[in-house]
Amino acid sequence: MTTLLLLALGVPVAGAAFIALLRRNPNAREAASLVTAGALFAIVLRIYQAVSGGARPEAVLAEPLPGIRIALEAEPLGVLFALIASFLWIVTTAYSIGYMRGHHEKNQTRFYLFFAFAIASVMGVAFAGNLFTLFAFYEVLSLATFPLVTHAGTEKAKRAGRVYLGILFSTSVVFQLLGIIWVYAVAGTVDFEPGGILRGNVGAGLVPILLALFVFGIGKAAVMPFHRWLPAAMVAPTPVSALLHAVAVVKAGVFAVLKVTVYIFGFEFVAETGASVWLMWAAAATIILGSLVAFTKDNLKARLAYSTVSQLSYVVLGAMLANSLGVIGSGMHIAMHAFGKITLFFCAGAIMVAAHKSEVSQLNGLGRRMPVTFAAFLIGTLSIVGLPPTGGAWSKWFLGVGSVEAGQIGLVAVLMLSSLLSLAYLLEIPLRGFFGKEGEGAHGAHGDGGASGEDHARADGSAPGFADRGGSHDAHDPAHAHHGPQQDAHAHHGAPRWSVAAITVTAAACVALFVYPEPFYRLMTMVTGP
Amino acid sequence: MSAHLPILQVVVPLLAAPFCLFLKRGRAAWGLAVLASWAALAIALALLGQVMQEGVLSYAIGDWAPPIGIEYRVDVVNAWVLVIVSGIGAVVAPYAMASIEREVEAGRIPLFYAAYLLCLSGLLGITITGDMFNVFVFLEISSLSAYALIALGQARRALTSAFRYLIMGSVGATFIVIGIGLLYVMTGSLNMADLAQLLPEVWDSRTVKVAYGFLAVGFCLKLALFPLHLWLPNAYTYAPSAVTAFMASTATKVAVYMLLRFFLTVFGAPFSFDVMALDRVLLPLALVAIASMSLVAIFQVNVKRLLAYSSVAQIGYMILGLSFATVTGLTATLLHLFNHALMKGALFMAMGCVMYRIGSVHINAMAGLGRRMPWTMAAFVAGGLSLVGVPLTVGFVSKWYLILGALERGWWPVAILVLLTSLLALVYIWRVVEAAYFRDFPGDESTREAPWTLLGPTWALVALNLYFGIDAGRTVEIARQAAEVLMAGIGP
Repeated sequence: MTTLLLLALGVPVAGAAFIALLRRNPNAREAASLVTAGALFAIVLRIYQAVSGGARPEAVLAEPLPGIRIALEAEPLGVLFALIASFLWIVTTAYSIGYMRGHHEKNQTRFYLFFAFAIASVMGVAFAGNLFTLFAFYEVLSLATFPLVTHAGTEKAKRAGRVYLGILFSTSVVFQLLGIIWVYAVAGTVDFEPGGILRGNVGAGLVPILLALFVFGIGKAAVMPFHRWLPAAMVAPTPVSALLHAVAVVKAGVFAVLKVTVYIFGFEFVAETGASVWLMWAAAATIILGSLVAFTKDNLKARLAYSTVSQLSYVVLGAMLANSLGVIGSGMHIAMHAFGKITLFFCAGAIMVAAHKSEVSQLNGLGRRMPVTFAAFLIGTLSIVGLPPTGGAWSKWFLGVGSVEAGQIGLVAVLMLSSLLSLAYLLEIPLRGFFGKEGEGAHGAHGDGGASGEDHARADGSAPGFADRGGSHDAHDPAHAHHGPQQDAHAHHGAPRWSVAAITVTAAACVALFVYPEPFYRLMTMVTGP
Repeated sequence: MSAHLPILQVVVPLLAAPFCLFLKRGRAAWGLAVLASWAALAIALALLGQVMQEGVLSYAIGDWAPPIGIEYRVDVVNAWVLVIVSGIGAVVAPYAMASIEREVEAGRIPLFYAAYLLCLSGLLGITITGDMFNVFVFLEISSLSAYALIALGQARRALTSAFRYLIMGSVGATFIVIGIGLLYVMTGSLNMADLAQLLPEVWDSRTVKVAYGFLAVGFCLKLALFPLHLWLPNAYTYAPSAVTAFMASTATKVAVYMLLRFFLTVFGAPFSFDVMALDRVLLPLALVAIASMSLVAIFQVNVKRLLAYSSVAQIGYMILGLSFATVTGLTATLLHLFNHALMKGALFMAMGCVMYRIGSVHINAMAGLGRRMPWTMAAFVAGGLSLVGVPLTVGFVSKWYLILGALERGWWPVAILVLLTSLLALVYIWRVVEAAYFRDFPGDESTREAPWTLLGPTWALVALNLYFGIDAGRTVEIARQAAEVLMAGIGP
């Protein structure tokens, strides 16, 4: 059992080594990525089986300070997070192969290398056995993702990187670390324990302060006003935005908030002291404001980023409700939002690679040429909004019922309002895609020399999955012209098939989770207890 | 043999120094210096082991029984500092070969090693002796040789920097010797352990308090506590790279040790904290040092000077730990003596590598070096992260105990200030990182990675930064024992 935990960390690191070794042979390198991702998911699945059977595997890696260990422990909440992250890593790797080659990105080895490191640190966060370990891997995750965010190496990327690391580091060092040392000073331990470790150790006056240190100190949860890093991180290549800034990194943040609330404070203790009431409203404010800002963004990735800011606070809100239903909703939202948002990002990336469109107003009519992509976008939207038949409906349901149980009817109104807002700003995209008239909109889409995506695919001798390359042969598109025909044909080879497959998988998962949310629900009930 | 370890600790490098002059050839002198430095480290480690097992060691020089004769007295506290000083010496000495051959003219190289060994033995002597006047003697040995070492720097400003250091250092030494004289007048003894017994009877006398004041100013000058730090930035900036790495990691640490030894052992912790209010005097100075010097560091364009200002800020952290007047706070101070030596040593040695290849440490000259000299810059980044206090580096260990100490006293604003200033450290380190990794390399295409003779020692220190960050159990244990010894105020 212990071996499995160590493997969960070791496999991605070993994968990174192989990626570096195989840098001269891109196909082998990508195969190494895929195999590593598959192996990791298999390992996490084994851990899941063990944990749902009641086991709690543990491993101690080191003891940096007396009494402060780097320790791993698998418990249901962490398993839930690890399952999602490791599964979506496989999908994202497949997607990246299509995207990175189709987009002619440079330094691809570095990209896959740090991606693997990032996943290793995500596993560390998910299976952290105490606050210190969580903090350590949290910081390693920031560092590992930095080269990914600044991948382009441009002045803009550099500035974004500064904001990214600046906010994540400052909040974690000034608030979170202070919180951790404070917890250690009063409780004499930083281990995660069911029911928390603070009861009886702190006065009621200190609890809200400590809780706030964590909620704001875990900057990756992007509770306003510490959310700016997330839109900034969107300069990264789309697969990074998809996996890291819709799933792994941001979910590491909200996961940490939830974990601290449950295993350090104990959610019953939080409820008794009323420590979280004002933080609920801080989260509610982020939910609404994030949605409102998303409305104003014409850039598709920026809109999705603010949507993420808003959605992350749902998870924080669920934790701050401090009752079983809230915590269950919170945990399930980690899962549901992950699948929904990654689908949206995948679609955004596919549109960018295939049609070179990044603004919402340019998408008119594109859906008719990229039907799979836009259909998937629609499904993702429904899941984010929380409508059946998608998994998002469940988490919204639990969060709503949790709010009622906490006696916060106002929050139910916030949830409803925000759902409407996100419906409006996300639905615009598939609507434009399917019903908008080409050539309309702010910047206008270029005409595409008549051939449909499918025709191109056949001409290239590729599989039907190629359809999404759609308008990429657009002769008028300046961004594309300089590649030249040979390079282009080369880039097309087999690539988009991977991306479309990835999109299909995650969109299908959104629907499947509506029918079968059972595993995640069961894991969360194990967290909250009977 | 093992009974004579305390005296060998000083005598080995002291005697090796003149031999360097006889050797005439640079490489031969270097070899001798390396051997002497390694011997000193071996002795220091043996002493630490012995002290941890058997308790305090006392060695009477020439068999003259203390308190009349000079006594060398080793307890956990100074055994710890001996390991720090000789450890840094043992890493810098092999590093010096390539670096010094590049930066110092050939004829002076044997002189350099002689001065270096004198400085090392002076610092070790200050640390090991149990006699106050002997402290002064070794202080002069180490300081005079340090002035010479700094003056060997390439730039002509090295001369004025060394001269300024000489003036300030001499003022400090004079204050110290006046303090020692006054104590001798009051008690008739120069032996520290003896003084610790005699002083409580004369606590009330004004002379003792005046002596305390003179000593305080003298030590603070030597350890470069804000606002008495003005000699330090130029001295570190213009000294040869190897000298800077050595001095930054040892000289100020030994000065901090002197302060702890005199004020907590000789005068006794109760006198310092209850009568003289040492904690309340040092707290604001430490806070201002940390905040202002970190800010100043951000605006430096010469990276060695940037690191020098950072050193003044880091000294502030050490003094801050002392000003908590608790065992935890003092543990943080003693840990940071060691940890800061590791990180600043690594950073300055990385700068030495840069100097070796491109002849400048201006931040603009370092543009694009991340690709040209990947190992050097990776060492800088690792050292920098340690300085910032990222988990799993030694810097984090120091920060943890410092903040724990602040929270124990209920001083949470101090804790927040410590955390905020560690972000300032991130900012100034980051400026270098951005220059090295995000700008294009303007210089000549032939610029290569530094030779392994420089990289080896640098990475040895980087590795220690990580090792003692991941497994700090031993260092924390030693520092805590040492802190308990000092806080008991009974003396070794």
